[in-house]
Amino acid sequence: METQTKTEMKETKKRQAVNMTGAEAIIRSLIAEETETIFGYPGGAMIPTYDALYNFEKEVNHILVRHEQGAIHAAQGFARVTGKTGVAMVTSGPGATNTVTGLADAMLDSTPLVVITGQVGSSLLGTDAFQETDVVGITQPITKWNFQVKKAEDIPYAIAKAFFIARSGRPGPVLIDITKDAQTAQFDYLYKKIKSIRSYIPRPTIDKSSIESAVQLINLAKKPMILAGQGIILGNAEQELITFAEKTGIPVAWTLLGLSSIPSNHPLNIGMLGMHGNYGPNIKTNEADLIIAIGMRFDDRVTGDLNSYAIKAKVIHLEIDPAEINKNVHADVPVLGDVKDSLPLLTEKVNKNNHESWLEEFKACDRIEKTRIIEKEINPPTGGIKMGEVIHKVSTAFNDDAIMVTDVGQHQMMSSRYFKFKQSRSVVTSGGLGTMGFGLPAAIGAKLGNPERPVCLFVGDGGLQMTIQEMGTILQSKIPVKIVLLNNNYLGMVRQWQELFFESRYSSTNLINPDFQTIAKGYKIESNKVTNREDLQNAVEKMITHNGPYLLEVLVEKEGNVFPMVPAGASVSDIRLE
Amino acid sequence: MAIQQEFTFTIFSENHVGLLNQITSVFTRRHLNIESLTTSESAILGIHKFTIVVFSNQEEVEKTAKQIEKKIDVIKCFYFKADEIIHQEVALYKVPTEMILNGNEIENIVRKYSARILEITSEYTVIEKTGHKSETQELFEQLDQYGVTQFTRSGRIAITKLKTELLEKYLKKLDFDDIDYEDEPTSLYN
Repeated sequence: METQTKTEMKETKKRQAVNMTGAEAIIRSLIAEETETIFGYPGGAMIPTYDALYNFEKEVNHILVRHEQGAIHAAQGFARVTGKTGVAMVTSGPGATNTVTGLADAMLDSTPLVVITGQVGSSLLGTDAFQETDVVGITQPITKWNFQVKKAEDIPYAIAKAFFIARSGRPGPVLIDITKDAQTAQFDYLYKKIKSIRSYIPRPTIDKSSIESAVQLINLAKKPMILAGQGIILGNAEQELITFAEKTGIPVAWTLLGLSSIPSNHPLNIGMLGMHGNYGPNIKTNEADLIIAIGMRFDDRVTGDLNSYAIKAKVIHLEIDPAEINKNVHADVPVLGDVKDSLPLLTEKVNKNNHESWLEEFKACDRIEKTRIIEKEINPPTGGIKMGEVIHKVSTAFNDDAIMVTDVGQHQMMSSRYFKFKQSRSVVTSGGLGTMGFGLPAAIGAKLGNPERPVCLFVGDGGLQMTIQEMGTILQSKIPVKIVLLNNNYLGMVRQWQELFFESRYSSTNLINPDFQTIAKGYKIESNKVTNREDLQNAVEKMITHNGPYLLEVLVEKEGNVFPMVPAGASVSDIRLE
Repeated sequence: MAIQQEFTFTIFSENHVGLLNQITSVFTRRHLNIESLTTSESAILGIHKFTIVVFSNQEEVEKTAKQIEKKIDVIKCFYFKADEIIHQEVALYKVPTEMILNGNEIENIVRKYSARILEITSEYTVIEKTGHKSETQELFEQLDQYGVTQFTRSGRIAITKLKTELLEKYLKKLDFDDIDYEDEPTSLYN
């Protein structure tokens, strides 16, 4: 890198470079990459950069969070709804280590982020200086790429490379650690975007013979299934997916992160895969004769026991990341490449077809699930309020067209089952890492990313308290997110497992909670609490019509369970309805 | 259980700080014990080469290689079975010179194992042997009867049985232009 930068710098000096500090260069570089919003928190090693930021209030919107974890989750929420690269900026030491959970989350969920961390002066590196940590070492396995900058001259190149890596190919988080002296030094700044890196092939070329083999399998299949993953959304290939599915008549199941890649009410949409997914797509996985996996990675929460997964099926795997091919499930036909390019190649060559009787089998499964689970969940005659009915009511009240953000746990699975979507990029949830505390800051980022659309967060009483301080960010930056707190005074998902698999020994899952209404009041967030079913509808409407942020707390059934469920390590065929 | 056998990885990367850590962490995550590791500049200027030996199975090795190659600064990761490469290690042995002066056993051993003497001082003699690990180990056991005071062995270096260097072929396919900046900088001063 250093030699490359030097040569590059010599050449650029001839052009209109401008002398400035490294700190100003950081801000100008971020702006040059179309950064409009930075989520951050200042600190000792970042003061020079925050000082530079002070002059750029018109060009870039800095959102001051209450904890660095909030900054990175907000950047994730922003990235997920916009498709742009989320940017977070924090100081050295604890500031940087507080972003670790978010980096790991973004790495697993392929979210493009650039995180700038301050670092102690380069002369202090390795001396255990105040607020020094080996951030590059710590974050190496949980970033797509990271780099430490010790000279102001390297700032533009490092940031250009960071943005190129974060958003190209399979996206991911990139961390740039910048020493304090690099921020204060003067140099001749000039910014140029990067379009390629020798050692990095973001988009593998599509092998035409793999397309031929895939087409043959698709044309012959009697019981094919499409598994739609987030790769479709990341690749902006929603329309390509719909065109392919409609021409072939193949039912589409989505993964948790594939939610909203096709409208909920599309006739070919057969629902969600996985542990708490829908009955049909899980149980039929072992009847299917062809699985077409598109931009998904066969996570263990989707497959259950691998030895009894898709036992009758050939597998076509459309994927941009070569390391995902054959990682968990053997691909009979791997189609490497961007799905935006590979799907149309398939669509062009496959026969027009329909699979009505096969689709009917899914509908039969839906009817079973509807009677045995869904009706009881969304229209319960008596008893405590169910999570499902709250989510269903909220979704309907938003005309099934809000951005749904979730935290992690029972409400997350319930939201992904009962919230409905009309357009893509309507879901922000922590899938791979399952980060409790993700929801509130991610909702803040989502709302800032897409202020035109309503953003509704579903959160549990456990998860909310992990990042509840971000209510301060909502207060300060006036962010109109709707927060639906599904309160059962339990760590519900763990409690459910304890009930089902640990003889109802509720070890450390019972929560004695604060009065969330008082907390909301303290943060000047309008709020309401519902304990009776008859008040629910009005309360939901009141939340939606309220102009500004709102907390709707609903006391839900204490020991409600999420079903169906594929028990951990069991086969998808062993899905339990109760 | 898939067949466990010896695999040699040859990894080419950019020459950046922290690359070794990036590569070894992939092995650590998969709980693969590294038997031997050698790293140095490759035949191509500016490109670093790692040679890593592990005992594993084909499937695991394939997945590991893909995850290594996924690292942004790694250019290419190849892996080979034992019969696909020629490899060597170097071993150095230090014995007291008086042991050589006191008889011709050590000299016989050195001849027998085609080892060579690098340095003789009044106190110690340094013997060098290149070969496979089993050969350098055998020599150690022979010499140790007479008292080896220091013994060290390098990691493996390996060369493929293919006619050409795999990386060169690969690099030729690539546009060698590393930093492909846009023609005009995104200027904020217009």
